[in-house]
Amino acid sequence: MSKTKPRKEKWNISDIQKWGPGRHEMGATIPESGNADDYETGGWRSERPLRDREKCNDCMICFFACPDSSIRVENDKMVDIDLEHCKGCGICAQVCPRDAIEMLNEIKACKLEEK
Amino acid sequence: MARKAITGNGAIALALKQVEPDVMAAYPITPQTEIAQNYAQYVANGDVVTEYIAVESEHSAMSAAIGSAAAGARTITATSSQGFALMWEMLFIAASLRLPITMPVITRALSGPINIHCDHSDSMGGRDCGWIQLYGEDAQEGYDNAIQAFRIAEHMDVRLPVMTMIDGFIISGAIGPVETLDDEQVKEFVGDYVAVNSLLNVEKPVTVGAFDSLGGWYFEHKIAQNRAMENAMDVIEEVGREFGELFGREYAHFKTHEVEDADIVLVAIGSAAGNVKTVVTKLRAEGRKVGVLKVRTFRPFPTEQIREALSGAKVIGVMDRSDSFGAQGGPLFTEVSAAMYGGESHPQIYNFIYGLGGRDIFPDDIEGAVEMLEKAAAGDTLAQQRHYLNVREG
Ligand code: SF4
Ligand code: SF4
Repeated sequence: MSKTKPRKEKWNISDIQKWGPGRHEMGATIPESGNADDYETGGWRSERPLRDREKCNDCMICFFACPDSSIRVENDKMVDIDLEHCKGCGICAQVCPRDAIEMLNEIKACKLEEK
Repeated sequence: MARKAITGNGAIALALKQVEPDVMAAYPITPQTEIAQNYAQYVANGDVVTEYIAVESEHSAMSAAIGSAAAGARTITATSSQGFALMWEMLFIAASLRLPITMPVITRALSGPINIHCDHSDSMGGRDCGWIQLYGEDAQEGYDNAIQAFRIAEHMDVRLPVMTMIDGFIISGAIGPVETLDDEQVKEFVGDYVAVNSLLNVEKPVTVGAFDSLGGWYFEHKIAQNRAMENAMDVIEEVGREFGELFGREYAHFKTHEVEDADIVLVAIGSAAGNVKTVVTKLRAEGRKVGVLKVRTFRPFPTEQIREALSGAKVIGVMDRSDSFGAQGGPLFTEVSAAMYGGESHPQIYNFIYGLGGRDIFPDDIEGAVEMLEKAAAGDTLAQQRHYLNVREG
């Protein structure tokens, strides 16, 4: 999966499960940025967007509309959807002027994947 | 140093001007208005370099203050009553993010019925929002506390927001004598601001205000917050002592007057403590063994020190300028009672609620309370624990 921005330094939280009140940064501050990447919200999804490469003309409207920055773009092309973070809101499917995105039931999509 | 005739609000606005913080985000509200107005005037006159954010509400005032403090700026605001209530949700956030914002609170009753006059319902209602609370008796203490608040809030062992109270109108609007310090003295005492985990530091990027829920560390963070409160206990004293050494007015968590050999001690907070002291002095001249303890630090509450100071009393009368509906008594009463329960001596403790919505309290009311307590001390336990002073009966 893509890491959009490389971080300056990684916060070492290998044993954070054991951390008491004295170990944390003051005010629950996280001493690094860009860590939303580590929070995999894809598990919240009940519907999964499926893009039809044939219909899509890389207009990028879905990229601007996606509230979770889950439309992945490389070299001006809409490459695919980051399913580790996509929450399945369906906005991309709504805004796509070419009806290139279809929302599938997540369970069915998983089953299709298994096949 | 200079001696000025000035209102409580004027004195506090002057203290803030002398500190000259980076940002003030405030909304005017009676009886705090003069602070917001005077400070805006200082900014307009070019007397200070402070960025003044004229926000559209107190919720926004505290939100802007939080943003500003998280960005690494020394930040202030000020409020009263409904404004304090409107800040409510943000007060907790300021404290839990450990942002050393300071805020004078000019205490005023909460609606309803609508009332703009003094009582402590606003600040006492906010006693568990995680802010340090210092109460002043008069304009001088309001001025001195407003300055010391920066040192306490910004101390590296504390890093908690501090609110400093004076009584609305009674002190905020009344002109009285205040010994002010020179600008340089104040600036030197307060020192340079040191930002911690500033959002604007691109060398060390941080995430502030992240989600921390089930399976997370919310609980541990709350304990860390309470440890900072415990640390504040010593820091408040250190700062008060240093202030005394430098400027001749020493501050502690509370002040006692004639308490040592007293059978009866009244505990008071805010401007009424001065009235009680006057009455105590008069009664002492009549040979009556009465004393008064004036509370300055309410959060963190100096439990052990107060228990120690009151350990010789037979009867304690705690005076609250706010009620706690359905509780055993007002906030100061329950705090003092809990402190005494943990001690060896178990004095009788009664609660006197007075002054709600600005109702006057007269020396006769205080003497009346002492008379009741004298009866209790003589073995005639009072039927009621909670009493109201200067109310219409029926
Ligand atoms: S479904 Fe929602 S979250 Fe997922 S890619 Fe589309 S817009 Fe983004
Ligand atoms: S909005 Fe539709 S056509 Fe445009 S890039 Fe996205 S999927 Fe392709």
